[in-house]
Amino acid sequence: MKTYLNFVILILGIVFFSSCELTATGEPEEYELLDGPTEGLSKAESRRFVLGDVAFNDQIFTTETGLGPIFTGTSCVSCHAGDGKGHPFNGFTRFGQSDETGNHFLDQGGPQLQNKALPGYEPENLPSGAPHTKLVAPIVTGLGFLEAVTDDYLLSLQDPNDLDDDGIRGVVHWNHIPDYVKPHVDAVTQNGMYITRFGKKASVYNLLEQTADAYNQDIGITSVYEPYDTYSGDMQEPEIDEKTVNDVVFYLKTLKAPIQRNQDDPNVIAGQQVFETIDCAKCHLPEMQTGYSPIDAISNKTFHPYTDLLLHDMGPELDDGYTEGTATSAQWRTAPLWGLGLSGDSQGNAYYLMHDGRAHSIQQAIMLHGGEAINSRNMYENLSDEEKNKLLAFLESL
Amino acid sequence: MIRISTSTLIKLIFSFLFILSFASHAQDSLKTKKNSASQMNMDAAVNKPSLTSDKSPVTLGGYLEANSIYSTEEGISDGLSFQARRLTLFMSANIAKRISFMTELEIEDGGEEMAIEFAAIDVTLDPLLNFRGGIVMNPIGAFNQNHDGPKWEFVERPDMAVNMLAATLSNAGFGAYGKTYAGNWIFGYEAYVTNGFDNTIISNEEDKTYLPSAKENPERFMENHSGKATFTGKVSIKNRNLGELGISYMGGTYNKFEDDGEEIEDKARLDVFALDFNTTIKATNTTIIGEAAWSWIDIPSTYTQQYGEKQFGAFVDVVQPIYQNKVLEWENASLNFAARFDYVDWNIGKFKETNTNIGDERIAVTPAISFRPTPGTVFRINYRYQWDTDVINNPAEEAATWYFGFSTYF
Repeated sequence: MKTYLNFVILILGIVFFSSCELTATGEPEEYELLDGPTEGLSKAESRRFVLGDVAFNDQIFTTETGLGPIFTGTSCVSCHAGDGKGHPFNGFTRFGQSDETGNHFLDQGGPQLQNKALPGYEPENLPSGAPHTKLVAPIVTGLGFLEAVTDDYLLSLQDPNDLDDDGIRGVVHWNHIPDYVKPHVDAVTQNGMYITRFGKKASVYNLLEQTADAYNQDIGITSVYEPYDTYSGDMQEPEIDEKTVNDVVFYLKTLKAPIQRNQDDPNVIAGQQVFETIDCAKCHLPEMQTGYSPIDAISNKTFHPYTDLLLHDMGPELDDGYTEGTATSAQWRTAPLWGLGLSGDSQGNAYYLMHDGRAHSIQQAIMLHGGEAINSRNMYENLSDEEKNKLLAFLESL
Repeated sequence: MIRISTSTLIKLIFSFLFILSFASHAQDSLKTKKNSASQMNMDAAVNKPSLTSDKSPVTLGGYLEANSIYSTEEGISDGLSFQARRLTLFMSANIAKRISFMTELEIEDGGEEMAIEFAAIDVTLDPLLNFRGGIVMNPIGAFNQNHDGPKWEFVERPDMAVNMLAATLSNAGFGAYGKTYAGNWIFGYEAYVTNGFDNTIISNEEDKTYLPSAKENPERFMENHSGKATFTGKVSIKNRNLGELGISYMGGTYNKFEDDGEEIEDKARLDVFALDFNTTIKATNTTIIGEAAWSWIDIPSTYTQQYGEKQFGAFVDVVQPIYQNKVLEWENASLNFAARFDYVDWNIGKFKETNTNIGDERIAVTPAISFRPTPGTVFRINYRYQWDTDVINNPAEEAATWYFGFSTYF
């Protein structure tokens, strides 16, 4: 009996200790994930990346930690699951501005509608007659690369007078920036305004402004950068410390750029040719260069965002009558297409594309392009089904 | 659970050990109080293996749980860890005829959490009518009543019990319980009014409606957050040949809707309904234990859909002894195969904006091998595979975990 028991224990022990690795969950390939650090971070940078990762993905705000009292989301990750595009359930509404004269509803809660509230509080309601638009949260990967593109580079992409007569103009967004935002040393200014590039209207200068504003407007969290409570309008003690905000900014700067999949697939290669043939690539630029960055991993790099970071008039179908900064209501920043094929992993196995998620497929999204993109849309319509499928295969590979 | 200071706990432990030492010099016997065939889940709080002495009205006991754990999530592992999950100490005393006292002190996570989990006085007026008051276990489901580690083949407690209902939920309050017998049939009931939950169940770091978060409130044994009593009641019926079935309900207002006499929120309540059963198939000696629970929680329509208004969870354990005989000096040793299925949906419903299903679900399966040298001691190897779906229903995150551990009464 003793021999038998010893044998059983031995077998169980071997099974247990040898099974740990064999029975572990598989690790997804890097190209299947949006999250993860940019390759080449130093150990110290990796440590800071992890701190920002925890704050971005794990820190849930509650009544005790400052949530709201009016808000649109409870955490960063609630709107950017897996660092990807947001889902309409956590979409948000901006309101109060219809032209470059500014937001006339700031005293009524503009520019963002905090449409959720803690128990016992009333959320904001859209003021009667306020111009507005609905938005879903954008993908947040690769943002450090976009931030590191120089102003001069963006200016070189402009064609405000359509000199090449292709119907595509594209302009940078000149906008005012908050006092706490330090412009880049090589920033270009015009009438006291700077070239802004983040957000659906490209109205935000950099990732610090984006992050501080999101904590405040989305979650109701005050910081040294945005000290005013969205509910009372009163200045408050910071509900999040400066270091955490900056750790999140660092995290966003150093999130890797999405990796294209199936690059050798003949359909993907052919689809890319279609993409260029019908002039999609004129706005959704396949390749850009960063300038200098104190983070070596993103300094002077070539990357593939499929955007030009410029504003384009997208026609009446996408003109919601609302705008920000000095953009017109029909102008939208070219959305980066990187990570497009992984949208389903953050949008609940579905597509909610365009600024408000109204397109439920890539094809629908293409067909919603108007204005400066109307020629491309027309050319898309004239493609054969085979060409359309190849274009789709390429877009899904991004 | 009441949180107590470290120094107080140390005093309690020393007192406990002193009494234990005294008792062990007497004629000791480690025994359960009553015949297990007549026991129901409701008896678990007071009917535990314990050390008794003919010279003392006090009985003592407890259990210890520890394990190793190796987990991977999406292919990433933090390596091997060893966990001292809990040391629980029981003490009971017959104060006088028809009056008894029982307490359960629990030290979890190596001392990080220390709590009085149960401390109640029982006054027996009739077998069908007993008064119980103090810190009582809310009898919602069976696991909450009957959760001692050595009784289970699994290192982890059921998800439904731990992460949906608040496992080992106890509160200050009082009520009544009783049992009656008719042939092979046993009928039992429990009914208590206690302090209840609080607003943290819909504002917490889990970012979901999460009843267990109320256990973190250190004030809950001294002040009822809502000011309204929570009622918990359970009826159970057992046939000695067929098994036991329990139906339980817990409900009440959970939020602080008035402060200093002023109405500050609409009153919000929660209602929880649970079914539990257990049986042993005599032909194969297979034990099946299962429990399911449904909860409904009032949530303002202007709050975030991240927090669900309806929840459902269930688990089923199947335990099959494959070898029962003398091993070494252990007369009643057994080797068992077991399996558990866990499911919890923390947020049943559809998004208003898209009319698509809200996720926030967990499925887990846990095959296990356990060895019991005696009924009160279990060594167990578990392999748990878990699928977690977030609120948006994105592709599930998978986690695989190996456990090797033990749990033993002492």
